[in-house]
Amino acid sequence: MQAFTQCTGLVVPLDKSNVDTDAIIPKQFLKSIKRTGFGPNLFDEWRYLDHGEPGMDQSKRQLNPDFILNQARYSGATILLARDNFGCGSSREHAPWALQDHGFRAIIAPSFADIFYNNCFKNGILPIILSKSIVDQLFQETLATEGYQLVIDLPTQQIITPAQLTIEFELDSFRKECLIKGQDDIDLTLQYVDAIKQYELKRQKEAPWLFREL
Amino acid sequence: MTGKTLYDKLWEVHCVYEQPNGTALLYIDRHLVHEVTSPQAFEGLRLAGRQVWRLDTNLATPDHNVPTMNRNQGIADPISRLQVETLDKNCQDFGITEYKMDDIRQGIVHVVGPEQGATLPGMTVVCGDSHTATHGALGALAFGIGTSEVEHVLATQCLIQQKSKNMLIQVDGQVMPGITGKDIILAIIGKIGTAGGTGYAIEFGGDAIKALSIEGRMTVCNMAIEAGARAGMVAVDQKTIDYVKNRPFAPTSEQWQQAVTAWQDLHSDADATFDCVVHLDAADIKPQVSWGTSPEMVIAIDDRVPDPMAERDEVKREGMLAALEYMGLEANTPMTAINIDKVFIGSCTNSRIEDLRQAAHIVKNRKVAANIKLAMVVPGSGLVKQLAEQEGLHDIFREAGFEWREPGCSMCLAMNADRLEPQERCASTSNRNFVGRQGTGGRTHLVSPAMAAAAAVTGHFIDVRTLA
Repeated sequence: MQAFTQCTGLVVPLDKSNVDTDAIIPKQFLKSIKRTGFGPNLFDEWRYLDHGEPGMDQSKRQLNPDFILNQARYSGATILLARDNFGCGSSREHAPWALQDHGFRAIIAPSFADIFYNNCFKNGILPIILSKSIVDQLFQETLATEGYQLVIDLPTQQIITPAQLTIEFELDSFRKECLIKGQDDIDLTLQYVDAIKQYELKRQKEAPWLFREL
Repeated sequence: MTGKTLYDKLWEVHCVYEQPNGTALLYIDRHLVHEVTSPQAFEGLRLAGRQVWRLDTNLATPDHNVPTMNRNQGIADPISRLQVETLDKNCQDFGITEYKMDDIRQGIVHVVGPEQGATLPGMTVVCGDSHTATHGALGALAFGIGTSEVEHVLATQCLIQQKSKNMLIQVDGQVMPGITGKDIILAIIGKIGTAGGTGYAIEFGGDAIKALSIEGRMTVCNMAIEAGARAGMVAVDQKTIDYVKNRPFAPTSEQWQQAVTAWQDLHSDADATFDCVVHLDAADIKPQVSWGTSPEMVIAIDDRVPDPMAERDEVKREGMLAALEYMGLEANTPMTAINIDKVFIGSCTNSRIEDLRQAAHIVKNRKVAANIKLAMVVPGSGLVKQLAEQEGLHDIFREAGFEWREPGCSMCLAMNADRLEPQERCASTSNRNFVGRQGTGGRTHLVSPAMAAAAAVTGHFIDVRTLA
């Protein structure tokens, strides 16, 4: 997994609440058996005027000029500014895969849906929860200032605005550490092989029906 | 010492290891696998040279991409076909039990698990699918996971988790006749919103929940995620035990007695404390219909489409305006004046035998209205279909003009060939009315099976209680 320590990047504001994972990556693209290549279809129904299907030549598609990600001033943005309950709905990890493939490293919102939030950490994306009022302020500043960039520093849990204002954010210490190290969760868990085996022996005595062959 | 909630108990007994910061290694008893969210996990195992930790905890079945008609001709879409074939190959290579497309036991994972007794009270159940909370209806801790976690469970039989907070949603009293589990959960989501349960594990309780069948409780728990909660659950009672008994993978003889004794403790203690308690009065719940593009945009059948101009919050108002435009609806239109084009009875929310019986009861001796282009019933599994056919339900549906299909997720999310065309309006028993969910430009209204059946035979939304 790609590690995350610091990110300095252009911010794009997506002013919608309850953005669901169906909108982030529509179902027709979930038929892929790969983990990569979802970026061109990120927000597909909003980004393009024509209907997208897997395998289409993306260069021939009609971009929707009204969609914020398509505006030249936000080209190359790596920080997504969003509203409440971002990533709700389906558990599809294709959503963070698509965001990452497109180039996003961090998402800032007043709240995230649980499964999406968790999936971000597995893919080197930092989801940051800030209060509604601070998110409102960031929306105003981003819209008012072309080229608006933020510096996100994970070790100190700080965001620095262009006016050198510092915004602190909270996150769980375990997830923070994994992200900084780019740690593979499975390797981490396999350090506890003995504990898992002991647990299984104990449970097999307490609840043998849980160990029945299917 | 204060008492424990059901969630506390399930959590504690599955904790392999807990760090001081609250991060825990949670043991997983059952892992359900389908074709959409697993290929990259198996690929990850192969790349790292890892084995499956415990084969006998995994059960796979293809459901999202499978065709619901002409199944003997295979899957026409080559990309869908490859995904299902990839599941077959992965299960074969790693030695995982799979109910393939031509197996009578195949169906939607969340219907198949409980039906087989593969998901049991007291288990931790996970699946790369957000509707895994369904299994919580049996007094299990069940939740959806992403593909990285699918790989993690395959490799280690555990997940790294942080404990959620406890929420109790208490539905007091009894519902009126004709009100179903679907109406209860839609009313709950309408009350607390799609983010109301974020960060919580929800226990559904109260007399109205106790009065539901296990199928009804599954419908309620299924949509916990639509209220923002990864897990929803109901305490074990005699109904749970009766439901589980004699299922293919339920414990037998001595182990059955032992299991039943253990399951008696699967309820919140009387002095347990919840971080949040929500009360609903069951008698107030009327048949529900969603009007917008989020499950929280839901009202009673005798209401009118809400007016965004009455909403003070600007972000919410914009959301309502966009939803009405997408749905092609005018504010203040009575819900009963909305005509529909298609009817879908199915999905992991409402495709069990009880759902089909409730719909058939309304459809019997009636015909699908002339303005309906397609009305379809998609049973949740091959075994549900078989049972329904033994009861003659398929004849009732067919005589009325419904199509009777093969089991799968079908038009809930339209990954197979079943979908809405742009601007088509559908009465659907599924769980999500998101933009484009049932097909690009399609307009979804979430309802109970009985309400979908009533809409099918009248051509518009109507209070099913006036037909019964």
